[in-house]
Amino acid sequence: MTDVALTKKDFTSDQEVRWCPGCGDYSVLSTMQAFLPELGIPRENIVFISGIGCSSRFPYYLNTFGMHSIHGRAPAIASGLAISRPDLTVFVITGDGDALSIGGNHLIHALRRNVELKILLFNNRIYGLTKGQYSPASEQGKITKSTPYGSLDTPFNPVSLAIGAEATFVARTIDSDRKHLTETLRQAAAHKGSALIEIYQNCPIFNDGAFDQVKDNETKEGSLLQMVHGQPIKSSTFGVIRDGASFKLVELNAVDEPQLVIHDAHDPDPSYAFALSRLSGSDLEHTPIGTFRDVIRPGYSSMVNDQLASVIAAQGAGDLEKLLHSGDTWVVD
Amino acid sequence: MSKPTVAVKSVIIRFAGDSGDGMQLTGDRFTMDTASLGNDISTLPNFPAEIRAPQGTLPGVSSFQLHFADHHVRTAGDAPDVLVAMNPAALKANIKDIPRGATIIVDKDEFTTRNLTKVGYLTNPLEDGTLSSYKIHPVALTSMTVSALSELPLSRKEAERAKNMFALGLLSWMYHRPTDATEAFLKAKFAKKSDILEANLIAYRTGWNYGETSEDFATSYEVAPAHMPPGIYRNIGGNIALAYGLIAASQQSGLKLFLGSYPITPASDILHELSKHKKFGVITFQAEDEIAAVGSALGASYGGALGVTTTSGPGIALKSEMIGLAVMLELPLIIIDVQRGGPSTGLPTKTEQADLLQVMFGRNGESPAAVIAASTPSDCFTMAMEAVRIATTYRTPVFLLSDGYIANGSEPWKIPDVATLPKFDIGFAKSQENFLPYERNPETLARPWAIPGTAGIEHRIGGIEKQDKTGEINYEPANHDFMVRTRQAKIDGIEVPDIEVDDPSGDAKVLFLGWGSTFGPIASAVEELRNNGEKIAQAHLKYINPFPKNLGAVLAKYETVITPEMNLGQLAMLLRSKYLKDIVGYNMVRGLPFTTAELVEAAMGVLHND
Repeated sequence: MTDVALTKKDFTSDQEVRWCPGCGDYSVLSTMQAFLPELGIPRENIVFISGIGCSSRFPYYLNTFGMHSIHGRAPAIASGLAISRPDLTVFVITGDGDALSIGGNHLIHALRRNVELKILLFNNRIYGLTKGQYSPASEQGKITKSTPYGSLDTPFNPVSLAIGAEATFVARTIDSDRKHLTETLRQAAAHKGSALIEIYQNCPIFNDGAFDQVKDNETKEGSLLQMVHGQPIKSSTFGVIRDGASFKLVELNAVDEPQLVIHDAHDPDPSYAFALSRLSGSDLEHTPIGTFRDVIRPGYSSMVNDQLASVIAAQGAGDLEKLLHSGDTWVVD
Repeated sequence: MSKPTVAVKSVIIRFAGDSGDGMQLTGDRFTMDTASLGNDISTLPNFPAEIRAPQGTLPGVSSFQLHFADHHVRTAGDAPDVLVAMNPAALKANIKDIPRGATIIVDKDEFTTRNLTKVGYLTNPLEDGTLSSYKIHPVALTSMTVSALSELPLSRKEAERAKNMFALGLLSWMYHRPTDATEAFLKAKFAKKSDILEANLIAYRTGWNYGETSEDFATSYEVAPAHMPPGIYRNIGGNIALAYGLIAASQQSGLKLFLGSYPITPASDILHELSKHKKFGVITFQAEDEIAAVGSALGASYGGALGVTTTSGPGIALKSEMIGLAVMLELPLIIIDVQRGGPSTGLPTKTEQADLLQVMFGRNGESPAAVIAASTPSDCFTMAMEAVRIATTYRTPVFLLSDGYIANGSEPWKIPDVATLPKFDIGFAKSQENFLPYERNPETLARPWAIPGTAGIEHRIGGIEKQDKTGEINYEPANHDFMVRTRQAKIDGIEVPDIEVDDPSGDAKVLFLGWGSTFGPIASAVEELRNNGEKIAQAHLKYINPFPKNLGAVLAKYETVITPEMNLGQLAMLLRSKYLKDIVGYNMVRGLPFTTAELVEAAMGVLHND
């Protein structure tokens, strides 16, 4: 540990940031740089690994260890690093194309294993770096360069996908809400296993205004269903009540406050968080925001290293000489 | 009353049966008992890709061939002296390889009309005279096994399953193999199943006693120990030798061994073996796919571990982009390709050498990586350590090529003295000011291995072209040209040993030049040619990228170079393009290793311009 407390400046690299003016990535980067000193972790023990896409330039701008890898594979590379180096704090930076399309397989497997990775999924619902094709998070019917007559694909809900993979920490936040983003990063950092944070991020060039419903002052309070552990789940106009095994939305003036669901992020049953994740549609009119799920399950790298330690404790450290001579041997004089 | 014993110099036995008949285990045990007698030995398992093809059919036949002798043997042999066929399918699938006059032992109980019809025998070959030119021994293997076990509380089916031990016992009697090691093996294997243990021991001993007493077997054979250099020996297969070599390299370098792997035939046994050795600190990670397997290995390398991935050809195809990233990041990475028949799924359980050009060139851009190849099962140990030496010295991905033949084949191995194994000095980058992640060692052109956790050298790397020295993103034309050439120069400059030429007369005009698992068949052919008075030289390539520095001179010295490959001429293409020397290819892609006889014939054609 370093003696002198680090500041935002310590985590800012000397590289010129090259995102488009107005890109939501700037505010996420700035929030991250300001948040990292709070962790009290030396810079050299923090690693950012990204895939390919606009957001994946992120590691270049942080004065930590970083790797800008290849499309979709950051969780795989980061898993190998985290498992073999449990002393490090490893972040994965990815986007909706990188994580949900080309890299979907690695994402779900990292989450089910509960590898100690903090995965920031920048969701702008578009392919930015390849200049404007629809992504697996784009709403159906989207007109883009590759879908001039409208996209036909049903989009992924990244939060539902992560919960389906039994991720132990899943949250959603917004690029421009620095306070909420910081609080979400804080909770994710405190979580012991995999953490997936979906960040709604505006692409001003190819999908500008995609999240206006939850960002504009006029509509956001009524659209964002705030999830705070121990508090009722509600927006300024709607609340969430139980409806059999699922949930439904009711207008606040049509329901008594005690009927509202009190958020339990620690519910071990993933179907609770999954049902919450289904409240939102592509139109974002009712969008749960905050931490859906935060449960305790042993982290993968700690299990791997515990298993190594227990074998060594039981059998002693390996002896190469003995290994080479194991099994049937014979002597030639 | 003891039977006469005949001394023979070498024997080739092929055990063949249904996939469920336990032929691989039978062969393994005979191999171990033979090795411990001091014979030299070489083995060739041959099994179908299907786990259990329908019983008694030709696709379900599995076999295990071994060649043992009182002298040095290089291959599992061309033509078996003895075929053990556990059913009509095994006889039919193998009879074409069996020379007239050879001994054939069959389980006659299995030669029922139903089983014969299943494989297309219209009449019973044991009765219709078609096997009259062989020494045929129809033995009631199944019924004798079952009746020997009648006292045990076993179903008929369970009792029948011990018939492979009857066959092993009989062959052990025929060739004077010791029985104590196999008995000890069975006791350990079935320690918790006393009835099954008893059944196997009784069947094994009954088979032995049958040989001793039956009038059908008049003679037994002895093969004297081979002359081998003094030392402690064990039998070893290629995949196990690779695993041991990696563990040894991990111990000798102090690097934690991390294997990221996805199961694939015929490489999975390396994953299985390494997963047993956690007490050496070995981490094995069975990834979700081939890409994650190599990705996790690269991530581990980035963190300062010895990152390894093991696969076969289809897996290499999937890993290519990640290997390109490793070329760009200039990090150590070991990629083991146990080649099998291709393209696509190809022949998963059969051998081939057709991935050479894939590993040389199968990546986008100018993307050079080191390529080396093991020549025999035990050589896999040495080459695994060599792969680690090159990867860590030059901070580069290294392909180590093996194939199905040496992965599953085995041979006696003189166990090396651990004290004589090379040590690797890694030298991670230390804390410093103004650290430059792409500043190179002037001799090796390697960049620093700068691992997270080291204060003051925090830096960012990636797959985008980098500026010389700083490693920052750089798109300038001259810098790209310089970096492309520098990465190539680094690989070209890797120190590898000179290729050794075996040319006893010193004036041979023809050189046999091979690579990989063709070593055994070529050496065997060369031996036979020289015994016949021919002059021929032999050299074997273990380092393919870069080639040994003396290779050009070696090629120039010989009028004709013959290169046998289990592909359509991939090494030949590399040699011709680099050295402008014509190469006479001998190419077969049958999924099987070369026979000695065909290589002798090919050489005779060249030697005498036939």
